[in-house]
Amino acid sequence: MANILVVAEMHDGKVRKSTHSAITFAKNAGGTFSILVLGQGAKAAAAEVTGYGAQKVLVCDDAYLAAPTAETHAPTIAAAAKGFDVVAFTASSFGKDVAPRVAAKLGAGYAPDISGVKEEGGKLVYRRPVFAGNAFATCSINTPVQVVSARQSEFAPAEPSGGSSPLEDVALAAKDPAAERVKFLGLNAAQSARPDLGEAKVIVSGGRALKEKFAEVLDPLANMLGAAVGASRAACDAGYAPAELQVGQTGRVVAPKLYFAIGISGAIQHLAGMKGSKTIVAINKDPDAPIFQVADYGLVADLFTAVPELVTELKKATG
Amino acid sequence: MKILVPLKRVADPDNANKVKVNGGKLETTGLEWKPNPFDEYAVETALRLTENGANPKARLGEVVVVSFGPKEVETTLRGALATGADKAIRVDATDEQLDGDVVARALKSLVEKEKPDLVLLGKQAVDGDSNQVGQLLAEYLGWPQATFAGSIKSEDDTKLVVGREVDGGTINLEVTLPAVVSVDLRIVAPTSVSSKHAPAHKYAEGVRFAALMAIMAAKKKPLTEVKLADLASDAALKITYSSFELPPARKAGIKVKSVPELVEKLKSEAKVL
Ligand SMILES: Cc1cc2nc3c(=O)[nH]c(=O)nc-3n(C[C@H](O)[C@H](O)[C@H](O)COP(=O)(O)OP(=O)(O)OC[C@H]3O[C@@H](n4cnc5c(N)ncnc54)[C@H](O)[C@@H]3O)c2cc1C
Repeated sequence: MANILVVAEMHDGKVRKSTHSAITFAKNAGGTFSILVLGQGAKAAAAEVTGYGAQKVLVCDDAYLAAPTAETHAPTIAAAAKGFDVVAFTASSFGKDVAPRVAAKLGAGYAPDISGVKEEGGKLVYRRPVFAGNAFATCSINTPVQVVSARQSEFAPAEPSGGSSPLEDVALAAKDPAAERVKFLGLNAAQSARPDLGEAKVIVSGGRALKEKFAEVLDPLANMLGAAVGASRAACDAGYAPAELQVGQTGRVVAPKLYFAIGISGAIQHLAGMKGSKTIVAINKDPDAPIFQVADYGLVADLFTAVPELVTELKKATG
Repeated sequence: MKILVPLKRVADPDNANKVKVNGGKLETTGLEWKPNPFDEYAVETALRLTENGANPKARLGEVVVVSFGPKEVETTLRGALATGADKAIRVDATDEQLDGDVVARALKSLVEKEKPDLVLLGKQAVDGDSNQVGQLLAEYLGWPQATFAGSIKSEDDTKLVVGREVDGGTINLEVTLPAVVSVDLRIVAPTSVSSKHAPAHKYAEGVRFAALMAIMAAKKKPLTEVKLADLASDAALKITYSSFELPPARKAGIKVKSVPELVEKLKSEAKVL
């Protein structure tokens, strides 16, 4: 039975919702778990995760942890990991940045982007996608302590389970000298009132075909559905959509209830990021576009007329 | 500036749908090999950072490429030499001997020998999708890291300003060298890398191609061989892959004829509206 430490991610004085995927991972793995909340204002933020069935919520509240850099955070995470078998992150950009550094400090093996976990012969085994999701690997980690990051698209956010986990302060660990050689200059946050790609139930994604009309065409549809907006790499690279909207193997991996691929060809790198969506709709004027091979509903049409028509029809249908 | 660029060869991602699984083992025979695209971006970035604005044929500093693998990976290394890297190192190993951690530990020893100011590498290899070698290496060296770089500015040879592409925006970091930087896709946009020596012209999108002359010349550039055991004394793998399987096939969908039909299906069949 594994004892798991879930590392929470903080942003703007709050625990990021992405953390709830790592909590689900811990629950699926069986055994027991605690949550570590570290950052400036961690004490106030920790209240958010006390209702999820953790044995303890460990808190390290320190101004030194104001910026989310791997060099500042890894020493304290590694120190807090004492007595745990597994250190679990969500495979967000924060998790992917800091988890290997923690693994190296602990002499632990690190398995990234876990999509499944189970116990086999008293040992945890992990399932993870490789080759852009064209194959799934089963692996195990051979070190006494293990580090993993769990895919947000495969581990649905945990729901509160009641009760209240006790808080326990942990001290800031000795500072990593490398941290003195990193200066956090700031975050250029994407300004959007829309839901985050990782959390949205509906995603409307557009490709290169939209050109400069990306927002003009997609926003009304996204507004109508309360959806997040995503994009193909080609659309991001051409500057039609901001980079952080990229969905794919090397962008965000998403699995909403409903995914619209509009003017997207369906290259494997894009499919790798959205194939797990429950229902996929593709609109493309090329009947042979590979996207139709994964779409539940395909419409061969010019998107510049089909999308506005879709908005009108949806208005009718949903009143 | 001296820059070390680890370069991995991977099965051609455009053929990844031909990946086969046989008795729980991944079958890679018949796949074509290519340099990992993110590593190619790292080579391009290193070339841009060491570009001599005044004399495009000369380099201000040195770009050293290193790859782990059997003799065949020399093709990948020669390719990088042909685009402008100065020398190459092949660490003799088979794929079975390697995982991200072994590579990171071996790279640490190499860094101690080569003493680069910067290790630049791709954020992930598109076969294993593991995204860890850079971060592990940074920790083993006690160096700062900047992962997922979409832009790099180097005004002097002691610091870099890196724009990191993260969920929800861009984080700007200033790192003092020596450091480890892993690059993301946008690093090969025309204006994403700048140094005080950068040429007056704007870079083309993507990585540069090798001229035929350069391919010939690359045959004479130094390519040395090192044994894995001489770099990473403890060869134990930290991760064991026991089996592979293909993902469950998605059942074929249907084509609808019109927008109203699509809305109707979404509403009453898929029940997602
Ligand atoms: C290392 C690497 C990593 C990558 N990572 C990613 C990733 O994470 N995510 C990603 O998306 N890609 C990624 N890619 C890129 C990927 O290979 C494709 O190039 C990209 O997804 C193509 O984007 P697209 O479909 O928008 O553009 P295109 O391939 O140009 O397709 C445009 C589509 O729009 C259709 N179209 C055109 N006009 C209209 C119209 N008026 N109405 C309807 N349809 C129309 C066309 O038929 C076509 O199918 C990566 C590539 C590499 C090398």
